[in-house]
Amino acid sequence: MSKYMVNLKINNIPVTVEEGTTILEAARKLNISIPTLCYHEDLSVAGNCRVCLVEVAGAKNLAASCAAPVSEGMEVNTNSKNVRTSRRHVVELLLSEHNADCTKCFKNGHCELQDLASEYRIGDHVFIDLVKPQDKVVDISSPSIQKDDSKCIRCQRCVRTCSELQSVSALAVCYKGDHQRISTFLSKPLHEVVCTNCGQCVNRCPTGALTERTYIEEVWDAINDPTKHVVVETAPAVRVALGEDLGIETGTRVTGKMVSALRHVGFDSVLDTDFTADLTILEEGNELLRRLKKALVEKDETVRLPMFTSCSPGWIKFIEHTYSDFLPHLSTCKSPQQMFGALAKTYYAQKKNINAKNMVVVSIMPCTAKKFESGRPEMRDSGYQDVDYVLTTRELAMMIKQAGIDFAKMEDTAYDSIMGDSTGAGVIFGNTGGVMEAALRTAYEVVTGREVPFANLNIVPVRGMEGVKEAKVMIKDVLPEWSFLEGVELSVAIAHGLANANKVVQAVRDGKASYHFIEIMGCPGGCIGGGGQPIPTNPEIRQKRADAIYAEDEGLPKRKSHDNPEVLHLYKEFLGEPLGHKSHDLLHTHYKARKRY
Amino acid sequence: MIRIGSMAALEDIRKQLLQEQQTKQQENQVVVKVALATCGIASGARDILQFFSAELEKRNIEAAVLQTGCMGYCYAEPTVEVCRRGQEPVIFGYVDEKRADDIIENYIKKGVMVDGLIPKNFSTACHCEHEPQAVPEKSKQIRIALRNCGVIDPASIEDYILHDGYHALADVLNRMTPEEAIEEVIASGLKGRGGGGFLTGQKWKLTRQSQSAQKYVVCNADEGDPGAFMDRSILEGDPHSVIEAMAICAYCIGAGQGLVYIRAEYPLAIDRLLHAIGQAREAGLLGSHILGTDFHFDISLRYGAGAFVCGEETALIHSMEGHRGEPTVKPPFPSEAGYLGKPTNVNNVETFACIPLIFRLGAAWFNTIGTANSKGTKVFALAGKINKVGLVEVPMGTTLRDVIFDIGGGIQHDKQFKAVQTGGPSGGCLTAKHLDTPIDYENLTKAGSMMGSGGMIVMDEDDCMVSVAKYYLDFTVEESCGKCSPCRIGNKRLHEILEKITRGEGSMDDLNKLRNLAHVVKETSLCGLGQSSPNPVLSTMENFWEEYLEHVSDKKCRAGVCKAMMKYFILEEHCVGCMACARNCPVNAISGEKKMPHTIDQSICIKCGVCFEKCKFNAIEIR
Repeated sequence: MSKYMVNLKINNIPVTVEEGTTILEAARKLNISIPTLCYHEDLSVAGNCRVCLVEVAGAKNLAASCAAPVSEGMEVNTNSKNVRTSRRHVVELLLSEHNADCTKCFKNGHCELQDLASEYRIGDHVFIDLVKPQDKVVDISSPSIQKDDSKCIRCQRCVRTCSELQSVSALAVCYKGDHQRISTFLSKPLHEVVCTNCGQCVNRCPTGALTERTYIEEVWDAINDPTKHVVVETAPAVRVALGEDLGIETGTRVTGKMVSALRHVGFDSVLDTDFTADLTILEEGNELLRRLKKALVEKDETVRLPMFTSCSPGWIKFIEHTYSDFLPHLSTCKSPQQMFGALAKTYYAQKKNINAKNMVVVSIMPCTAKKFESGRPEMRDSGYQDVDYVLTTRELAMMIKQAGIDFAKMEDTAYDSIMGDSTGAGVIFGNTGGVMEAALRTAYEVVTGREVPFANLNIVPVRGMEGVKEAKVMIKDVLPEWSFLEGVELSVAIAHGLANANKVVQAVRDGKASYHFIEIMGCPGGCIGGGGQPIPTNPEIRQKRADAIYAEDEGLPKRKSHDNPEVLHLYKEFLGEPLGHKSHDLLHTHYKARKRY
Repeated sequence: MIRIGSMAALEDIRKQLLQEQQTKQQENQVVVKVALATCGIASGARDILQFFSAELEKRNIEAAVLQTGCMGYCYAEPTVEVCRRGQEPVIFGYVDEKRADDIIENYIKKGVMVDGLIPKNFSTACHCEHEPQAVPEKSKQIRIALRNCGVIDPASIEDYILHDGYHALADVLNRMTPEEAIEEVIASGLKGRGGGGFLTGQKWKLTRQSQSAQKYVVCNADEGDPGAFMDRSILEGDPHSVIEAMAICAYCIGAGQGLVYIRAEYPLAIDRLLHAIGQAREAGLLGSHILGTDFHFDISLRYGAGAFVCGEETALIHSMEGHRGEPTVKPPFPSEAGYLGKPTNVNNVETFACIPLIFRLGAAWFNTIGTANSKGTKVFALAGKINKVGLVEVPMGTTLRDVIFDIGGGIQHDKQFKAVQTGGPSGGCLTAKHLDTPIDYENLTKAGSMMGSGGMIVMDEDDCMVSVAKYYLDFTVEESCGKCSPCRIGNKRLHEILEKITRGEGSMDDLNKLRNLAHVVKETSLCGLGQSSPNPVLSTMENFWEEYLEHVSDKKCRAGVCKAMMKYFILEEHCVGCMACARNCPVNAISGEKKMPHTIDQSICIKCGVCFEKCKFNAIEIR
């Protein structure tokens, strides 16, 4: 369909754009930058911060360029005296109620309000009544997310994120006028509401009003304690994003540098969550095959299909709150982080001859919900809290800076052993569709004895950034023991972002869709777009990280989970077999229904 | 009411009703109408109605005692219209039981005039041939929107039909295509009476042009300006005219569903409207196949919680949808994507109330009233320090002087007129120099105020204009939804600066800051609320600059309102030492020997003014 084109001039430069384009988008096309605060590429337009104001010839008032569509013959000035003065005043107003303790703030250096204030050389002294921080209590009830209303500029990006991207709506606008604030249902603390801890709001908050709960000091204390053996595990998506916070170009893989840096930071052993990602595939893949067998052969009606993945703790809390009748559909497998913790304090401790009591397990995650997950009472199967501290990618970057490490100059080194070896299948867990692809690579081969029928093992239909993806794989010429699967067309779906997850579950519940296996990731793009990843985030950045993950996969010698030698060894000398007794004790879990209110 | 199946049936019914009325008029010695709108009821009008009913029966007088809506004389409630057989009706005000008794005994029985007569000061635009066109020669008011208020029984659809009701709808459905009808509204020049002043017909046209199977007509009855009550009075006094107009609008734009967004704090208006909707449905004037045509339309109500910002149409729509009442950026305009994302036409109550008459008397007729760019009449709610508080409806172009001094009876207690605030919190304060300005959309805007919904609050020499600006800012700070930064924070900061000035702590720098910030809020806010909220500040700064200066440099409030800047002193030469002040001072700030001059301890004085009131020797001075 051809679109109607519109001609206009911005700062006297002619530009032609499609009808419906906003002034902001048209200006960006001309590389004219207009500051924004409430605008975000991932979200609907709100037009409430009023810093993107521009002058439109003939208009009565200044126009919010993020919301104003272009029109034929329009003449826009983005840099008139009126625009600059108004913009300056709006920022002054925002600062007049902002708790500007910038040096203490976690967002210092990444704060969009701070950037704007520096550009315009504005202080907070212009209007009289400064915010009284004591009036506003910082909510630290959640183990994942900290909410500080004294820094909130009420742009409502978090509110839109929570409803539009995640369909959770834990955060909403309350009260009016000067008392207006962003709050929760009945202003309850964050840990008492439907918040899934996904941290997408943190990724989109322009200031320090929403940040992760940080545990950097606790981790430094553990490292500095000579009686503790501190191991660190790194999630797949961290290696393709960490560089962004350390001055390296977006989309660069920094796996080797990161491993070296972690050693410099002082961890006793640097290990990989990818190892337990591979392990997850063996457990979860076998769980799926067992469910299929029970359903198709034994006609066991207690078996629930489709089976949903369980790696994403934001998704888990979402389903616990929203679709508690669907909990039996969840795979009982713990997430790779928690499998790692349980094995670290049992298998690793035994092998290394360390008393688990003296071990501290730190995980580096692209995720804020993982902080909540590690504290769940179900996650203590080693006899201790399996994972002691969870840091986000951003927190790790901060630690690396604090340690005085010149990250860019780090040499590449390899992970320690044991529990440091991984395959490409483990790496792609970081992308939406990655768990599905890894599972198919293994399950198909288990059942047929042949590799999946996709060129170079790349199962393209499950890749990409579409919100909900579907794929079908025909299973033919199976090994004798799997004869019940002969001719079965395996139907799978993948969703990322909880709004998309919501759609899929709803469709399944309404009987409008039938699948065998569904992968759900709580964050847009999967873990590469996680709530603990470097800020900013947008579709372009997420795509670059996703590309880097697939490049990492292709570059690895082994790309199927069942080829991971350390995993095979683990079964041989510790676990026995997938879904065996020990696996059941250490690697599987259960869920609990939670209320919405 | 039987179902009315066609235009002819409607006319038949009207003729039948007219006959019945004439018969009754012959039977009844007298017809008494008691104004039972909120203003009347609050003053005890229900009891007066009871009294008339009971007493007239007791005293064997053949009478019809009826309820009606507000007659406009709110200052003199309860008001009662008495029509002796064969005579012109007369209106009495301040009617209590004693006066009611007087009216029965002397006026009704004997035709002897009693106290409390209110001379009728308006003419009513009317299409019905049987109604006497009693137009006092010098009437400055023409009632179009209020034509039936205080005339008909709002609970009676028969009374409305008798007064030409639903004939405009029948006319439009039978004679006109939607496009023709819209052209008629455009030609009338009617502009939105809710504040925006957008051409009503144009709005209808835009909504008609939007393609959608489902469209909505919304009546904005979220009257929120402090001191404005015309929409309430119309709904209480003439609910059917709004229903009829909404049906006409629905036919024009192609809507099947109408919604009235009304404040839950208007229980009587809600009651009367719901009652009227029920009657209209029963009569087949709402529902399917209206008047035997293929036009289907029905109306339901949505209740607002009284947030001022919900008068803004996008906020109103969000509120109706069950969302937070926050405005959103336009475009898209409601005419493209409104309620539930469908094309929606929003007009306010007064705008709708004008519609039926425009069709009955024609756009050309409507066009003859008013000024070059503002056609028709406007209802104003007179309030404040004015003698005749109430509703008035004047042609556009009437001067403020006529409204305030002629119709409104001038300033209370013969004080000096100082200012008039038009347009509510979004409007501005105009002064004596504007008194001869003809009121219309353009002139008010030019003078730094706006038409708004028609609140008119009159102030006298005892009002401090800085405090007035602060009062309105107080309102907007509370009523801003908080969505956009300039309105949420800017108004708060403006208010703080005004607080500082009224505390006597302001500086010249604060005045500059005040003016600059007011302009920024005006120019950068998202919706009409923020874009107009600094008007009271800017207009008072413009028109009463010397008062601001006095507050800042002389630390003086000439009206004596800003207590922080006032001091009470005892003039030794006048004080006789009677001790009246000292005895009455609530904080014992006054000391002195009997028969000797007293003194006030300024550190204790709370400036309550009791000493000033009690002193019989003019010995207390305020500085």
